[in-house]
Amino acid sequence: MSRWEVVIGLETHAQLQTKSKIFSGSSIAFGAEPNVQANAVDIALPGVLPVLNREAVVCAIKFGLAVGATIAPRSIFARKNYFYPDLPKGYQISQFEIPVVAGGGLAIRVGAANDPNATATEKFVHLTRAHLEEDAGKSLHEDFHGRTGIDLNRAGTPLLEIVTEPDMRSSAEAVAYARALHSLVQWIGICDGNMQEGSFRCDANVSVRRPGEPLGTRREIKNLNSFRFMQQAIDFEVQWQINEITEGRAIRQATVLFDPDTGETRSMRSKEDAHDYRYFPDPDLLPLEIRPEWIAEVKAGLPELPQAMNARFQSEYGLSAYDASILTATRAMADFYIAAVAAAGAGNAKTVANWIMGELAARLNKNDMAVDASPISATQLAGLIQRIADNTISNNIAKKVFEALWNGEGSSADEIIEKQGLKQITDTGAIEALVDEVLAANQKSVEEFRAGKEKAFNALVGQAMKATKGKANPQQVTDLLKKKLGV
Amino acid sequence: MSLTLEDVARIALLSRIELSPAERESTRDQLNGILGFIEQLQAVNTTGIEPMAHAVDVVQRLRPDAVTETDRRADFQAVAPETEAGLYLVPRVVE
Repeated sequence: MSRWEVVIGLETHAQLQTKSKIFSGSSIAFGAEPNVQANAVDIALPGVLPVLNREAVVCAIKFGLAVGATIAPRSIFARKNYFYPDLPKGYQISQFEIPVVAGGGLAIRVGAANDPNATATEKFVHLTRAHLEEDAGKSLHEDFHGRTGIDLNRAGTPLLEIVTEPDMRSSAEAVAYARALHSLVQWIGICDGNMQEGSFRCDANVSVRRPGEPLGTRREIKNLNSFRFMQQAIDFEVQWQINEITEGRAIRQATVLFDPDTGETRSMRSKEDAHDYRYFPDPDLLPLEIRPEWIAEVKAGLPELPQAMNARFQSEYGLSAYDASILTATRAMADFYIAAVAAAGAGNAKTVANWIMGELAARLNKNDMAVDASPISATQLAGLIQRIADNTISNNIAKKVFEALWNGEGSSADEIIEKQGLKQITDTGAIEALVDEVLAANQKSVEEFRAGKEKAFNALVGQAMKATKGKANPQQVTDLLKKKLGV
Repeated sequence: MSLTLEDVARIALLSRIELSPAERESTRDQLNGILGFIEQLQAVNTTGIEPMAHAVDVVQRLRPDAVTETDRRADFQAVAPETEAGLYLVPRVVE
């Protein structure tokens, strides 16, 4: 039997980081009392009119520029009609025929996220479009005497819906794309990326086919709000579809939900009619015009994008592709690295990368902290690395200083080195004296070594390092010992 | 193009409008009359004319991103049929 090919396209709703709603002056702050941020426009009282938020458009332009898309000089708002109690107007204002952003795409790396030795494959995921729309309210199905409670605070929150071509061929690719997109929208400051609060949610369109055949019938998995669930849901769905087809049952187009408790996807019992949205241009809103000057102005304010920065880290600092991709995975990580390199000097860029990805990342992971919450600042880390570079401290001692900085035992590496007397002993005379003492006190090891026991030498090095409290340069100690023992 | 009684029943359902069998027939006739006007419009040669999304040829004015609204929940909920704990209550919706 020939193998199956998996085909996945993603639709992502990114909540835009504005202060007010897309068509009204209500706040979009999270966590308010029900319905206190729902004004006459949001609850669809008769006679009200929507007025478009300029900042929401700026967010869409930023995104379009970041993914190399075309920004429509004129785009149109449409009504998507359906009835649901948390959609008070009976339609959602969205964009249909002419979206604000068309085309573009995102380069992703698959397969080496956590392993520098694995070979990552690069892939380009094409975007179909990205359009502006408003979010709906929330239905609370808890027990209100057999009634459903409606909170319209979220109604009218600005969203950018980002739609890909069916370019992904595995759950790993889908997750890699979703992660890259998640990082990008935060990088350019248009979305806070908070998946728990629903600021970034994905729907996955999944189908399977034999290679070379036309696309199979797809089923859409709704509302995936974590990368882990996305992977599990797609893997389950793919296996389910293959089983169905293998057993001779055709796939019917459907919307399904993922149940994290069972790890299964199940079909929503929605009527066929639900997909007939009867889109038409919203007569309440005029065409959105975006002039080239406006695009140029937004472009001038964009930060350096992750891909450009990744390439620069490799060419300017000599980092490996893997290191550069880790350090540009999030804006916070990149900012930290750039600040640390600025303070430590470009000559230490590679060492800075190693410390951030090694010691610091391990510590942050262990404490479940993000890099922007690191108790060690970029400047403090840079100070530590400078003292390694100028041989004030050894790598081993540096780990102690790092520990002390983490615990807030001093405000800088220099202060800790000074206060705790950790400065490396470089005075040859002083080390020689210590080595002599060690040789005298460990005659047994010396004899064993002379008798041919190699291990005895290591014991002597250990004793000597202990005598210097780790402050001597291990290489210098080894050299001196060899000299004294005549080898 | 003309609509059948089945088309009308389906559109009525999507629009949540309840029509009696007699109303269905009169609605069908009215809608088909409107479609007849549209057919006349479609006969006009529009080659080279860019479609408009709105009857007036002006562009959307934009609003600065500022919170200008205050909480008026009490006023709005005073005229709502049913509320509890700040929520609007509606007949139970089951997915």
